[in-house]
Amino acid sequence: MYLTRGAEATVKLENELIVKERVPKRYRLKELDERIRKERTKAEARLISEARRLGIPTPIIHDIQNSTIVMQYVPGTPLKHVIDESLSQQLGELVGRLHTGGIIHGDLTTSNLLHYKDRIYMIDFGLAFMDPGIEAKGVDIHVLFQTFESTHHNHEALTYAFCRGYRQTCENAEEVLERVKEIEKRGRYA
Amino acid sequence: MKKAVLGIEGTAWNLSVAIVNEKDVISEATDMYVPPSGGIHPREAAQHHAKYASLMVKKALDEAQEKGIEVSDIDAISFSQGPGLGACLRTVATAARMLAITLDVPLVGVNHCLAHVEVGRWKTPADDPVTLYVSGANSQVLAYRMGKYRVFGETLDIGLGNALDKFARSAGLSHPGGPKIEQLAGKSDNYIPMPYVVKGMDLSFSGLSTAATESLTKYPLEDVCHSLQENAFAMVVEVTERALAHTEKNEVLLAGGVGANARLREMLDIMCEDRGASFYVPEKRFMGDNGAMIAYLGLLMYEAGDTLDIGDSHVNPNFRPDAVDVSWRE
Repeated sequence: MYLTRGAEATVKLENELIVKERVPKRYRLKELDERIRKERTKAEARLISEARRLGIPTPIIHDIQNSTIVMQYVPGTPLKHVIDESLSQQLGELVGRLHTGGIIHGDLTTSNLLHYKDRIYMIDFGLAFMDPGIEAKGVDIHVLFQTFESTHHNHEALTYAFCRGYRQTCENAEEVLERVKEIEKRGRYA
Repeated sequence: MKKAVLGIEGTAWNLSVAIVNEKDVISEATDMYVPPSGGIHPREAAQHHAKYASLMVKKALDEAQEKGIEVSDIDAISFSQGPGLGACLRTVATAARMLAITLDVPLVGVNHCLAHVEVGRWKTPADDPVTLYVSGANSQVLAYRMGKYRVFGETLDIGLGNALDKFARSAGLSHPGGPKIEQLAGKSDNYIPMPYVVKGMDLSFSGLSTAATESLTKYPLEDVCHSLQENAFAMVVEVTERALAHTEKNEVLLAGGVGANARLREMLDIMCEDRGASFYVPEKRFMGDNGAMIAYLGLLMYEAGDTLDIGDSHVNPNFRPDAVDVSWRE
Protein backbone atom coordinates (compact mmCIF):
# COMPACT_ATOMS: atom_id res chain seq x y z
CA MET A 1 0.00 0.00 0.00
CA TYR A 2 1.39 3.40 -0.97
CA LEU A 3 1.34 5.90 1.88
CA THR A 4 2.72 8.75 -0.18
CA ARG A 5 4.01 9.23 -3.67
CA GLY A 6 5.98 12.37 -3.06
CA ALA A 7 8.05 14.37 -5.45
CA GLU A 8 11.14 12.35 -4.68
CA ALA A 9 10.25 8.98 -3.26
CA THR A 10 7.44 6.51 -2.85
CA VAL A 11 6.67 5.36 0.64
CA LYS A 12 4.98 2.01 1.00
CA LEU A 13 3.69 0.22 4.06
CA GLU A 14 4.68 -3.46 3.88
CA ASN A 15 4.27 -5.84 6.83
CA GLU A 16 4.04 -2.94 9.28
CA LEU A 17 7.29 -1.50 7.98
CA ILE A 18 7.98 1.60 5.90
CA VAL A 19 9.69 0.96 2.57
CA LYS A 20 10.98 4.19 1.13
CA GLU A 21 12.29 4.09 -2.39
CA ARG A 22 13.76 6.98 -4.30
CA VAL A 23 12.24 6.81 -7.75
CA PRO A 24 14.23 7.51 -10.92
CA LYS A 25 13.61 10.89 -12.51
CA ARG A 26 13.48 10.74 -16.27
CA TYR A 27 14.18 14.45 -16.60
CA ARG A 28 17.59 14.00 -15.01
CA LEU A 29 20.58 12.53 -16.80
CA LYS A 30 20.75 8.85 -15.77
CA GLU A 31 24.23 9.16 -14.32
CA LEU A 32 23.33 12.24 -12.28
CA ASP A 33 20.02 10.72 -11.22
CA GLU A 34 21.58 7.51 -9.92
CA ARG A 35 24.29 9.40 -8.07
CA ILE A 36 21.77 11.64 -6.32
CA ARG A 37 19.40 8.82 -5.35
CA LYS A 38 22.15 6.60 -3.98
CA GLU A 39 23.90 9.38 -2.11
CA ARG A 40 20.69 10.63 -0.55
CA THR A 41 19.58 7.13 0.51
CA LYS A 42 22.87 6.38 2.25
CA ALA A 43 23.03 9.78 3.90
CA GLU A 44 19.43 9.55 5.02
CA ALA A 45 19.85 6.19 6.76
CA ARG A 46 23.03 7.27 8.49
CA LEU A 47 21.61 10.55 9.73
CA ILE A 48 18.29 9.07 10.91
CA SER A 49 20.28 6.83 13.25
CA GLU A 50 22.59 9.65 14.28
CA ALA A 51 19.65 11.93 15.14
CA ARG A 52 18.16 9.17 17.24
CA ARG A 53 21.34 9.03 19.25
CA LEU A 54 20.92 12.76 19.94
CA GLY A 55 17.52 12.03 21.51
CA ILE A 56 15.32 13.05 18.60
CA PRO A 57 12.41 10.69 17.84
CA THR A 58 13.08 9.14 14.41
CA PRO A 59 12.09 5.80 12.84
CA ILE A 60 14.33 2.78 13.54
CA ILE A 61 16.21 1.59 10.44
CA HIS A 62 15.77 -2.09 9.49
CA ASP A 63 17.51 -2.39 6.13
CA ILE A 64 19.18 -0.39 3.35
CA GLN A 65 19.57 -1.31 -0.34
CA ASN A 66 20.63 0.86 -3.32
CA SER A 67 17.95 3.53 -3.18
CA THR A 68 15.61 1.86 -0.70
CA ILE A 69 15.35 2.12 3.07
CA VAL A 70 13.22 -0.18 5.22
CA MET A 71 12.30 1.38 8.56
CA GLN A 72 9.88 1.52 11.46
CA TYR A 73 6.33 2.73 10.78
CA VAL A 74 5.29 5.74 12.88
CA PRO A 75 1.49 6.11 12.61
CA GLY A 76 1.49 9.85 13.42
CA THR A 77 -0.28 12.93 12.03
CA PRO A 78 1.69 15.32 9.80
CA LEU A 79 2.51 18.37 11.88
CA LYS A 80 1.07 20.65 9.22
CA HIS A 81 -2.43 19.53 10.24
CA VAL A 82 -2.02 19.97 13.98
CA ILE A 83 0.70 22.54 14.59
CA ASP A 84 0.08 25.17 17.25
CA GLU A 85 2.36 27.34 19.36
CA SER A 86 3.05 24.67 21.93
CA LEU A 87 4.07 22.10 19.29
CA SER A 88 6.11 24.73 17.50
CA GLN A 89 8.07 25.39 20.68
CA GLN A 90 8.58 21.64 21.16
CA LEU A 91 9.81 21.49 17.58
CA GLY A 92 12.23 24.35 18.28
CA GLU A 93 13.75 22.33 21.11
CA LEU A 94 14.20 19.27 18.87
CA VAL A 95 15.77 21.24 16.02
CA GLY A 96 18.07 22.92 18.54
CA ARG A 97 19.23 19.51 19.75
CA LEU A 98 19.71 18.30 16.17
CA HIS A 99 21.77 21.37 15.28
CA THR A 100 23.87 21.16 18.40
CA GLY A 101 24.74 17.65 17.23
CA GLY A 102 25.87 19.13 13.90
CA ILE A 103 23.05 17.66 11.81
CA ILE A 104 21.15 19.75 9.29
CA HIS A 105 17.81 18.23 8.28
CA GLY A 106 17.76 19.95 4.89
CA ASP A 107 14.03 19.71 4.30
CA LEU A 108 12.34 20.90 7.46
CA THR A 109 8.75 21.25 6.37
CA THR A 110 5.66 20.59 8.45
CA SER A 111 4.93 17.61 6.18
CA ASN A 112 8.17 15.96 7.28
CA LEU A 113 7.30 16.02 10.96
CA LEU A 114 4.84 13.62 12.57
CA HIS A 115 2.93 14.08 15.78
CA TYR A 116 2.64 10.75 17.56
CA LYS A 117 1.94 9.99 21.25
CA ASP A 118 2.80 13.53 22.39
CA ARG A 119 6.12 13.42 20.62
CA ILE A 120 7.28 14.94 17.35
CA TYR A 121 9.00 12.46 15.05
CA MET A 122 11.37 13.74 12.41
CA ILE A 123 11.15 11.82 9.18
CA ASP A 124 12.57 12.20 5.69
CA PHE A 125 16.24 12.91 6.22
CA GLY A 126 16.72 12.65 2.47
CA LEU A 127 18.44 16.00 2.15
CA ALA A 128 20.13 15.95 5.56
CA PHE A 129 23.84 16.53 6.01
CA MET A 130 26.46 17.23 8.69
CA ASP A 131 27.52 20.84 9.07
CA PRO A 132 28.50 22.61 12.30
CA GLY A 133 28.30 26.09 10.67
CA ILE A 134 25.88 28.91 11.42
CA GLU A 135 24.91 29.33 7.77
CA ALA A 136 23.64 25.76 7.29
CA LYS A 137 21.60 25.93 10.49
CA GLY A 138 20.19 29.26 9.38
CA VAL A 139 19.14 27.88 6.00
CA ASP A 140 17.57 24.85 7.71
CA ILE A 141 15.36 27.11 9.83
CA HIS A 142 14.70 29.46 6.92
CA VAL A 143 13.18 26.53 5.01
CA LEU A 144 10.92 25.72 7.95
CA PHE A 145 9.83 29.33 8.40
CA GLN A 146 9.00 29.49 4.71
CA THR A 147 6.61 26.58 5.06
CA PHE A 148 5.09 28.30 8.11
CA GLU A 149 4.61 31.38 6.01
CA SER A 150 3.32 29.68 2.91
CA THR A 151 0.91 27.25 4.55
CA HIS A 152 -0.11 28.54 7.97
CA HIS A 153 -2.16 31.62 8.76
CA ASN A 154 -0.63 32.35 12.15
CA HIS A 155 2.96 31.97 11.03
CA GLU A 156 4.33 34.80 13.16
CA ALA A 157 3.18 33.19 16.42
CA LEU A 158 4.56 29.83 15.28
CA THR A 159 7.90 31.38 14.40
CA TYR A 160 8.09 33.10 17.76
CA ALA A 161 7.28 29.90 19.66
CA PHE A 162 9.82 27.94 17.63
CA CYS A 163 12.57 30.42 18.52
CA ARG A 164 11.69 30.13 22.21
CA GLY A 165 12.21 26.36 22.07
CA TYR A 166 15.30 26.59 19.89
CA ARG A 167 17.03 28.94 22.34
CA GLN A 168 16.64 26.35 25.09
CA THR A 169 18.61 23.60 23.36
CA CYS A 170 20.88 25.15 20.74
CA GLU A 171 24.29 26.42 21.81
CA ASN A 172 24.51 29.35 19.45
CA ALA A 173 20.80 30.01 18.97
CA GLU A 174 21.02 33.82 18.87
CA GLU A 175 23.66 33.79 16.18
CA VAL A 176 21.68 31.28 14.09
CA LEU A 177 18.36 33.15 14.42
CA GLU A 178 20.10 36.40 13.48
CA ARG A 179 21.43 34.64 10.36
CA VAL A 180 17.93 33.44 9.46
CA LYS A 181 16.83 37.08 9.17
CA GLU A 182 19.81 37.83 6.98
CA ILE A 183 19.08 34.87 4.67
CA GLU A 184 15.50 36.06 4.22
CA LYS A 185 16.75 39.40 2.95
CA ARG A 186 19.39 37.89 0.75
CA GLY A 187 17.22 36.30 -1.95
CA ARG A 188 18.06 38.65 -4.76
CA TYR A 189 20.25 41.47 -5.94
CA ALA A 190 22.39 40.81 -2.92
CA MET B 1 -15.15 51.22 -24.28
CA LYS B 2 -12.39 48.84 -23.27
CA LYS B 3 -9.93 50.02 -20.70
CA ALA B 4 -6.34 50.55 -21.81
CA VAL B 5 -3.19 50.83 -19.70
CA LEU B 6 0.29 51.95 -20.67
CA GLY B 7 3.04 50.07 -18.82
CA ILE B 8 6.78 50.67 -18.58
CA GLU B 9 9.34 47.96 -17.82
CA GLY B 10 12.96 48.80 -17.03
CA THR B 11 14.22 46.73 -14.08
CA ALA B 12 17.48 45.77 -15.78
CA TRP B 13 18.78 45.96 -19.34
CA ASN B 14 15.50 46.04 -21.21
CA LEU B 15 13.44 49.21 -21.59
CA SER B 16 10.00 48.40 -22.90
CA VAL B 17 6.76 50.37 -23.15
CA ALA B 18 3.47 48.75 -24.05
CA ILE B 19 -0.21 49.55 -24.23
CA VAL B 20 -2.69 46.74 -23.59
CA ASN B 21 -6.38 46.21 -23.12
CA GLU B 22 -8.13 43.13 -21.75
CA LYS B 23 -8.05 41.49 -25.12
CA ASP B 24 -4.54 41.97 -26.34
CA VAL B 25 -1.33 43.94 -26.62
CA ILE B 26 -2.12 47.01 -28.69
CA SER B 27 1.41 48.30 -29.09
CA GLU B 28 4.89 47.72 -27.72
CA ALA B 29 8.18 49.56 -28.18
CA THR B 30 11.41 48.15 -26.81
CA ASP B 31 15.03 49.22 -26.69
CA MET B 32 17.63 47.02 -25.06
CA TYR B 33 20.76 48.27 -23.33
CA VAL B 34 23.68 46.27 -24.68
CA PRO B 35 26.92 46.62 -22.71
CA PRO B 36 30.02 47.13 -24.92
CA SER B 37 31.66 44.29 -22.96
CA GLY B 38 31.03 42.25 -19.80
CA GLY B 39 27.79 42.48 -17.84
CA ILE B 40 25.27 45.22 -17.10
CA HIS B 41 26.58 48.38 -15.47
CA PRO B 42 23.57 49.67 -13.50
CA ARG B 43 24.38 53.35 -14.06
CA GLU B 44 24.90 52.95 -17.78
CA ALA B 45 21.69 50.94 -18.09
CA ALA B 46 19.82 53.71 -16.23
CA GLN B 47 21.31 56.33 -18.53
CA HIS B 48 20.19 54.27 -21.49
CA HIS B 49 16.64 54.12 -20.10
CA ALA B 50 16.63 57.89 -19.46
CA LYS B 51 17.77 58.54 -23.00
CA TYR B 52 15.19 56.32 -24.70
CA ALA B 53 12.18 56.50 -22.36
CA SER B 54 10.36 59.35 -24.10
CA LEU B 55 11.10 57.92 -27.53
CA MET B 56 9.71 54.48 -26.59
CA VAL B 57 6.61 56.05 -25.03
CA LYS B 58 6.06 58.05 -28.22
CA LYS B 59 6.52 54.97 -30.41
CA ALA B 60 4.05 52.96 -28.33
CA LEU B 61 1.50 55.81 -28.41
CA ASP B 62 1.92 56.32 -32.18
CA GLU B 63 1.48 52.64 -32.89
CA ALA B 64 -1.63 52.54 -30.71
CA GLN B 65 -3.04 55.58 -32.49
CA GLU B 66 -2.69 53.78 -35.83
CA LYS B 67 -4.93 51.10 -34.30
CA GLY B 68 -7.48 53.67 -33.16
CA ILE B 69 -6.43 54.04 -29.51
CA GLU B 70 -5.86 57.70 -28.66
CA VAL B 71 -3.78 59.11 -25.79
CA SER B 72 -7.06 60.12 -24.18
CA ASP B 73 -8.15 56.46 -24.15
CA ILE B 74 -5.40 55.52 -21.71
CA ASP B 75 -6.91 54.88 -18.28
CA ALA B 76 -3.78 54.38 -16.18
CA ILE B 77 0.03 54.22 -16.24
CA SER B 78 1.82 51.26 -14.69
CA PHE B 79 5.50 50.69 -14.05
CA SER B 80 7.87 48.08 -12.63
CA GLN B 81 8.26 49.15 -9.02
CA GLY B 82 10.78 46.38 -8.31
CA PRO B 83 12.67 44.19 -7.85
CA GLY B 84 15.51 45.38 -10.00
CA LEU B 85 18.51 47.66 -10.27
CA GLY B 86 17.82 50.79 -8.22
CA ALA B 87 19.07 53.30 -10.76
CA CYS B 88 17.02 51.74 -13.57
CA LEU B 89 13.89 51.51 -11.43
CA ARG B 90 14.11 55.17 -10.43
CA THR B 91 14.47 56.29 -14.03
CA VAL B 92 11.43 54.33 -15.16
CA ALA B 93 9.38 55.43 -12.15
CA THR B 94 10.14 59.06 -12.97
CA ALA B 95 8.90 58.60 -16.53
CA ALA B 96 5.74 56.86 -15.28
CA ARG B 97 4.94 59.56 -12.71
CA MET B 98 5.40 62.27 -15.29
CA LEU B 99 3.06 60.53 -17.71
CA ALA B 100 0.44 59.94 -15.03
CA ILE B 101 0.51 63.60 -14.00
CA THR B 102 0.47 64.88 -17.59
CA LEU B 103 -2.43 62.65 -18.66
CA ASP B 104 -4.11 63.04 -15.26
CA VAL B 105 -4.68 59.30 -14.83
CA PRO B 106 -3.91 56.95 -11.89
CA LEU B 107 -0.48 55.40 -11.38
CA VAL B 108 -0.08 51.65 -10.72
CA GLY B 109 3.07 50.12 -9.17
CA VAL B 110 3.65 46.58 -10.39
CA ASN B 111 5.79 43.80 -8.92
CA HIS B 112 7.98 42.63 -11.78
CA CYS B 113 7.98 38.93 -10.79
CA LEU B 114 4.19 38.81 -10.54
CA ALA B 115 3.87 40.48 -13.94
CA HIS B 116 5.77 37.50 -15.40
CA VAL B 117 3.27 35.14 -13.77
CA GLU B 118 0.18 37.10 -14.81
CA VAL B 119 1.20 37.52 -18.44
CA GLY B 120 1.69 33.75 -18.54
CA ARG B 121 -1.80 33.20 -17.13
CA TRP B 122 -3.11 35.63 -19.73
CA LYS B 123 -1.33 34.23 -22.77
CA THR B 124 -1.45 30.50 -22.02
CA PRO B 125 -4.33 28.28 -20.79
CA ALA B 126 -2.65 28.11 -17.34
CA ASP B 127 -5.16 28.98 -14.63
CA ASP B 128 -3.60 28.31 -11.24
CA PRO B 129 -0.05 27.16 -11.94
CA VAL B 130 3.14 26.62 -10.03
CA THR B 131 5.43 29.10 -11.80
CA LEU B 132 9.12 28.53 -12.33
CA TYR B 133 10.54 31.99 -12.91
CA VAL B 134 14.17 31.89 -14.00
CA SER B 135 15.99 34.94 -15.28
CA GLY B 136 19.34 36.62 -14.76
CA ALA B 137 18.73 37.84 -11.26
CA ASN B 138 15.72 35.76 -10.27
CA SER B 139 15.14 32.09 -9.64
CA GLN B 140 11.89 31.46 -7.86
CA VAL B 141 9.14 28.93 -7.64
CA LEU B 142 5.86 30.74 -7.02
CA ALA B 143 2.29 29.65 -6.44
CA TYR B 144 -0.89 31.41 -5.37
CA ARG B 145 -2.29 30.61 -1.95
CA MET B 146 -4.53 32.54 0.39
CA GLY B 147 -4.34 36.01 -1.14
CA LYS B 148 -0.68 36.01 -2.00
CA TYR B 149 1.80 34.54 -4.41
CA ARG B 150 3.99 32.51 -2.11
CA VAL B 151 7.63 31.80 -2.81
CA PHE B 152 7.96 28.04 -2.42
CA GLY B 153 11.61 27.96 -3.32
CA GLU B 154 14.23 30.41 -4.44
CA THR B 155 17.92 30.86 -4.91
CA LEU B 156 19.90 31.58 -1.76
CA ASP B 157 22.61 33.37 -3.69
CA ILE B 158 22.63 34.26 -7.40
CA GLY B 159 19.98 33.75 -10.08
CA LEU B 160 20.29 30.88 -12.55
CA GLY B 161 20.85 33.25 -15.48
CA ASN B 162 23.57 35.02 -13.54
CA ALA B 163 25.28 31.71 -12.79
CA LEU B 164 25.29 30.86 -16.50
CA ASP B 165 26.49 34.36 -17.45
CA LYS B 166 29.26 34.34 -14.84
CA PHE B 167 30.52 31.03 -16.17
CA ALA B 168 30.18 32.23 -19.77
CA ARG B 169 32.30 35.31 -19.08
CA SER B 170 35.06 33.25 -17.49
CA ALA B 171 34.93 30.89 -20.49
CA GLY B 172 35.38 33.87 -22.81
CA LEU B 173 31.86 33.71 -24.25
CA SER B 174 30.19 37.07 -24.91
CA HIS B 175 27.01 38.36 -23.23
CA PRO B 176 24.38 36.94 -23.09
CA GLY B 177 26.01 33.62 -22.30
CA GLY B 178 22.93 31.39 -21.99
CA PRO B 179 22.29 30.73 -25.69
CA LYS B 180 25.99 30.09 -26.33
CA ILE B 181 26.17 27.61 -23.46
CA GLU B 182 23.07 25.89 -24.80
CA GLN B 183 24.57 25.57 -28.25
CA LEU B 184 27.87 24.18 -26.96
CA ALA B 185 26.08 21.82 -24.54
CA GLY B 186 24.31 20.28 -27.52
CA LYS B 187 27.62 19.07 -28.86
CA SER B 188 28.49 16.90 -25.85
CA ASP B 189 27.05 14.03 -23.91
CA ASN B 190 29.99 13.57 -21.62
CA TYR B 191 28.84 14.38 -18.10
CA ILE B 192 31.28 15.67 -15.49
CA PRO B 193 30.00 15.44 -11.89
CA MET B 194 29.26 18.88 -10.42
CA PRO B 195 27.75 20.17 -7.18
CA TYR B 196 23.99 19.69 -6.97
CA VAL B 197 22.76 22.03 -4.25
CA VAL B 198 19.09 21.76 -3.29
CA LYS B 199 18.42 22.75 0.31
CA GLY B 200 14.85 21.74 0.96
CA MET B 201 12.99 23.90 -1.51
CA ASP B 202 15.83 26.35 -1.99
CA LEU B 203 18.69 26.46 -4.43
CA SER B 204 22.26 27.65 -4.60
CA PHE B 205 24.08 28.28 -7.87
CA SER B 206 27.25 30.17 -7.04
CA GLY B 207 29.24 27.04 -6.10
CA LEU B 208 28.11 25.31 -9.28
CA SER B 209 29.18 28.27 -11.41
CA THR B 210 32.62 28.26 -9.77
CA ALA B 211 32.99 24.48 -10.13
CA ALA B 212 32.14 24.75 -13.82
CA THR B 213 34.75 27.47 -14.28
CA GLU B 214 37.38 25.33 -12.53
CA SER B 215 36.50 22.33 -14.71
CA LEU B 216 37.58 24.32 -17.78
CA THR B 217 41.22 23.64 -16.95
CA LYS B 218 40.62 19.88 -17.23
CA TYR B 219 37.76 19.30 -19.65
CA PRO B 220 36.59 20.52 -23.07
CA LEU B 221 34.24 23.52 -23.01
CA GLU B 222 31.38 21.52 -24.58
CA ASP B 223 31.49 18.92 -21.78
CA VAL B 224 31.49 21.61 -19.10
CA CYS B 225 28.54 23.44 -20.71
CA HIS B 226 26.61 20.18 -20.97
CA SER B 227 27.28 19.25 -17.33
CA LEU B 228 26.53 22.74 -16.04
CA GLN B 229 23.17 22.80 -17.81
CA GLU B 230 22.21 19.30 -16.74
CA ASN B 231 23.00 20.05 -13.09
CA ALA B 232 21.49 23.51 -12.90
CA PHE B 233 18.27 22.62 -14.73
CA ALA B 234 17.74 19.37 -12.82
CA MET B 235 17.94 21.43 -9.62
CA VAL B 236 15.22 23.90 -10.64
CA VAL B 237 13.01 21.14 -12.06
CA GLU B 238 13.34 19.19 -8.81
CA VAL B 239 12.22 22.19 -6.75
CA THR B 240 9.34 22.85 -9.15
CA GLU B 241 8.23 19.24 -8.75
CA ARG B 242 8.41 19.53 -4.97
CA ALA B 243 6.25 22.66 -5.08
CA LEU B 244 3.73 20.83 -7.29
CA ALA B 245 3.55 17.96 -4.81
CA HIS B 246 3.33 20.30 -1.84
CA THR B 247 0.62 22.58 -3.25
CA GLU B 248 -1.23 19.76 -5.02
CA LYS B 249 -1.62 21.94 -8.11
CA ASN B 250 -1.51 20.41 -11.59
CA GLU B 251 -0.10 23.10 -13.86
CA VAL B 252 3.41 24.41 -14.39
CA LEU B 253 4.16 27.76 -16.02
CA LEU B 254 7.63 28.71 -17.18
CA ALA B 255 8.66 32.38 -17.07
CA GLY B 256 11.81 34.46 -17.44
CA GLY B 257 14.63 34.71 -19.96
CA VAL B 258 16.30 31.39 -19.08
CA GLY B 259 13.01 29.77 -20.11
CA ALA B 260 14.15 30.16 -23.71
CA ASN B 261 16.44 27.16 -23.22
CA ALA B 262 15.13 24.08 -25.05
CA ARG B 263 16.74 21.57 -22.67
CA LEU B 264 15.14 23.20 -19.64
CA ARG B 265 11.74 23.07 -21.37
CA GLU B 266 12.27 19.43 -22.25
CA MET B 267 13.11 18.53 -18.65
CA LEU B 268 10.06 20.36 -17.31
CA ASP B 269 7.93 18.73 -19.94
CA ILE B 270 9.10 15.24 -18.91
CA MET B 271 8.58 16.01 -15.22
CA CYS B 272 5.04 17.25 -15.88
CA GLU B 273 4.24 14.27 -18.07
CA ASP B 274 5.35 11.86 -15.33
CA ARG B 275 3.27 13.71 -12.72
CA GLY B 276 0.22 14.12 -14.92
CA ALA B 277 0.51 17.91 -14.83
CA SER B 278 0.10 20.37 -17.72
CA PHE B 279 3.08 22.41 -18.80
CA TYR B 280 2.71 25.90 -20.27
CA VAL B 281 5.22 28.19 -21.94
CA PRO B 282 4.14 31.60 -23.27
CA GLU B 283 5.46 32.71 -26.64
CA LYS B 284 8.98 34.13 -26.57
CA ARG B 285 8.04 37.83 -26.47
CA PHE B 286 6.30 37.29 -23.11
CA MET B 287 9.11 35.19 -21.56
CA GLY B 288 11.87 37.73 -21.01
CA ASP B 289 11.29 41.19 -19.54
CA ASN B 290 8.64 43.04 -21.55
CA GLY B 291 6.41 46.09 -21.27
CA ALA B 292 3.26 44.14 -22.09
CA MET B 293 3.37 42.19 -18.84
CA ILE B 294 3.74 45.38 -16.81
CA ALA B 295 0.86 47.01 -18.69
CA TYR B 296 -1.29 43.89 -18.28
CA LEU B 297 -0.81 43.49 -14.52
CA GLY B 298 -1.25 47.28 -14.34
CA LEU B 299 -4.62 46.83 -16.02
CA LEU B 300 -5.68 44.07 -13.59
CA MET B 301 -4.65 46.18 -10.61
CA TYR B 302 -6.27 49.33 -11.99
CA GLU B 303 -9.54 47.46 -12.44
CA ALA B 304 -9.27 46.25 -8.84
CA GLY B 305 -8.76 49.85 -7.69
CA ASP B 306 -5.21 49.05 -6.63
CA THR B 307 -3.53 52.36 -7.62
CA LEU B 308 -0.82 54.51 -6.03
CA ASP B 309 -0.57 58.11 -4.93
CA ILE B 310 2.49 59.76 -6.47
CA GLY B 311 3.85 60.30 -2.96
CA ASP B 312 3.77 56.53 -2.27
CA SER B 313 5.29 55.50 -5.57
CA HIS B 314 8.90 55.06 -4.47
CA VAL B 315 10.69 52.09 -6.05
CA ASN B 316 11.81 48.99 -4.15
CA PRO B 317 14.91 47.20 -5.50
CA ASN B 318 14.18 44.22 -3.20
CA PHE B 319 10.41 44.11 -3.81
CA ARG B 320 9.43 40.55 -2.94
CA PRO B 321 6.49 38.98 -4.77
CA ASP B 322 5.19 37.57 -1.48
CA ALA B 323 4.97 41.11 -0.09
CA VAL B 324 2.08 41.90 -2.45
CA ASP B 325 -1.51 41.50 -1.29
CA VAL B 326 -3.14 40.24 -4.46
CA SER B 327 -6.10 42.48 -5.26
CA TRP B 328 -6.90 41.07 -8.69
CA ARG B 329 -7.60 37.39 -8.02
CA GLU B 330 -10.38 35.56 -6.25
